[in-house]
Amino acid sequence: MDFRTPLARVRGLGSARDGTERFIAQRMTAIALVPLLIWFVASIVSLVGADYATVKEWVSTPFVTVLLLLLLGAVFYHAQIGLHEVFEDYLHSDLVKTTAMVLMKFTITTLGLFSALAVLRIALGG
Amino acid sequence: MATHKRPLSPHLQIYKPQITSFTSILHRATGVALSVGTLVLVYWLSAIAGGEEAYKSAQELLSSVVGLVLLLGWSFALFYHLCNGIRHLFWDAGYGFDIETTRKTGRTVLTMSVILTIGAWALAYAM
Repeated sequence: MDFRTPLARVRGLGSARDGTERFIAQRMTAIALVPLLIWFVASIVSLVGADYATVKEWVSTPFVTVLLLLLLGAVFYHAQIGLHEVFEDYLHSDLVKTTAMVLMKFTITTLGLFSALAVLRIALGG
Repeated sequence: MATHKRPLSPHLQIYKPQITSFTSILHRATGVALSVGTLVLVYWLSAIAGGEEAYKSAQELLSSVVGLVLLLGWSFALFYHLCNGIRHLFWDAGYGFDIETTRKTGRTVLTMSVILTIGAWALAYAM
């Protein structure tokens, strides 16, 4: 005897309503990264050979600081989704897959925070 | 075990390499490579935050032969993943799905990423 409604049952069985969340987030971050990366690569190319003061001043410009933080957020979110997909496809043992997923997500989160902290330290002169 | 004798669907080694499969596999490979490459981005930003000395040693490390080769590889991976990513976004919007177009855009993406890589390095060294 099942006292649950069909809706309640299907919600526990997989993608009811939010199954496309990761798919959409992957595209959203991709769209954001197109202009952000074009800007970033152009900036890096123009910064080659620049001295320390110039690079520091560049990061500290409010516009650059914000764009860098946006770039880092999008990059690490996008990388996390992409690696999740790759692990899902190629790691077949549940134990290996789960361990790799957890380690990957911990690493991505830590790297993301480290890079954002670095940008803020430069920008706020710490 | 008997289950191992089941017929499998044809895999990579059965199919003739095609530009569509090649660009697809390369998209994943460059994506994974770029994920590893974020380490360099974190290192570079942390070095700037760490002060002039830290920045100088980071510059030395990145402009060593190994550093330059890795950066060259990552810059190609970035341009390729960016160009092919735009191709994917067009597919998501429903454009460019017929076989002739996918082959043409595949070749365009490969050509563009080589041109952009060479262009970026040429510009970087010209300045």
